[in-house]
Amino acid sequence: MSLTGYVIVSTALFLIGLSGVLLRRNFIIVLMSIELMLNAANLNLVAFSHYLNDLAGQMTALFVIAIAAGEAAVGLAIIIVVFRGKVATNVDQINLLKW
Amino acid sequence: MITTLFFSYFSVATIVSAVLTVSLRNPVQCGLALLSVLAHMAGFFILLNAEFIAAIQVIVYAGAILILYLFVIMLLNLKSEERILHPRWPLAVFFIALAAGELLLLLLVSPFAGKPGLTDPDMVASVGHSHAVGLKLFSDYLLQFEIIGVFLLGAVIGAIVLAKSSSSNVGGLPGGSQAPHAPGAIARSPFNVGSHPGGNLAPHAPDVVPPHS
Repeated sequence: MSLTGYVIVSTALFLIGLSGVLLRRNFIIVLMSIELMLNAANLNLVAFSHYLNDLAGQMTALFVIAIAAGEAAVGLAIIIVVFRGKVATNVDQINLLKW
Repeated sequence: MITTLFFSYFSVATIVSAVLTVSLRNPVQCGLALLSVLAHMAGFFILLNAEFIAAIQVIVYAGAILILYLFVIMLLNLKSEERILHPRWPLAVFFIALAAGELLLLLLVSPFAGKPGLTDPDMVASVGHSHAVGLKLFSDYLLQFEIIGVFLLGAVIGAIVLAKSSSSNVGGLPGGSQAPHAPGAIARSPFNVGSHPGGNLAPHAPDVVPPHS
């Protein structure tokens, strides 16, 4: 399979994740869409790593997976804190830091 | 031929699951659709001869991160019933269209050229993929590996500090709310003797007449 197919699938995944981040109101679904975008980046990295005969892309994909784990842990902790303080399940209700 | 067949199956399944992830109403169903996305992504990695990354994808993403999501969803009962879209969704659609146009332009004009590296598939296949990844990770990428370790330590500490219940309201909530109603049950429990004011006289606590009953 050619590299173009992987790049097209990765682009489609990234755009679906971006629309989820921008369109949905639920916290958890916004975080899941961020995971989708990170996965699209991973697919791109590994595909280019395969077609350029270089392992550097796979190294970066490993680091992206580790960063996604940390991001999920901290993001879900923030969600727990927000939900405990005031019962809000949507991102547009949390506007304390808004200028 | 068989590769093309698997590639088309994985791409269709991944994109359909991704659309379901961002469009379903129930967050638990969204999590299960995300699980499907991650599993099919591991299939892509196997097609690309990256077996170690596929294993890490299944173990870390589907095994750890997604379970964390499902725990939080089921702990908090996060549902938004009334409407699922952000109130300023036309602006969001504008930005999505902008990003889609830019990505399409980049796809059309990019020649996908690059300098080929040194690790050809025969070398990787001769020593095994995990071996090659390990050699690369602990020689050329050692500093980044250590930085990721420190980053994960910071993320763990940050998550614990953020999610830790402060001792004034939530930490003392079960004992504090039950103590006026059932002092005998609290005093008999060996775990929260110290949290109850009358916990010091634990053997005689059932004999003490509760003030509210």
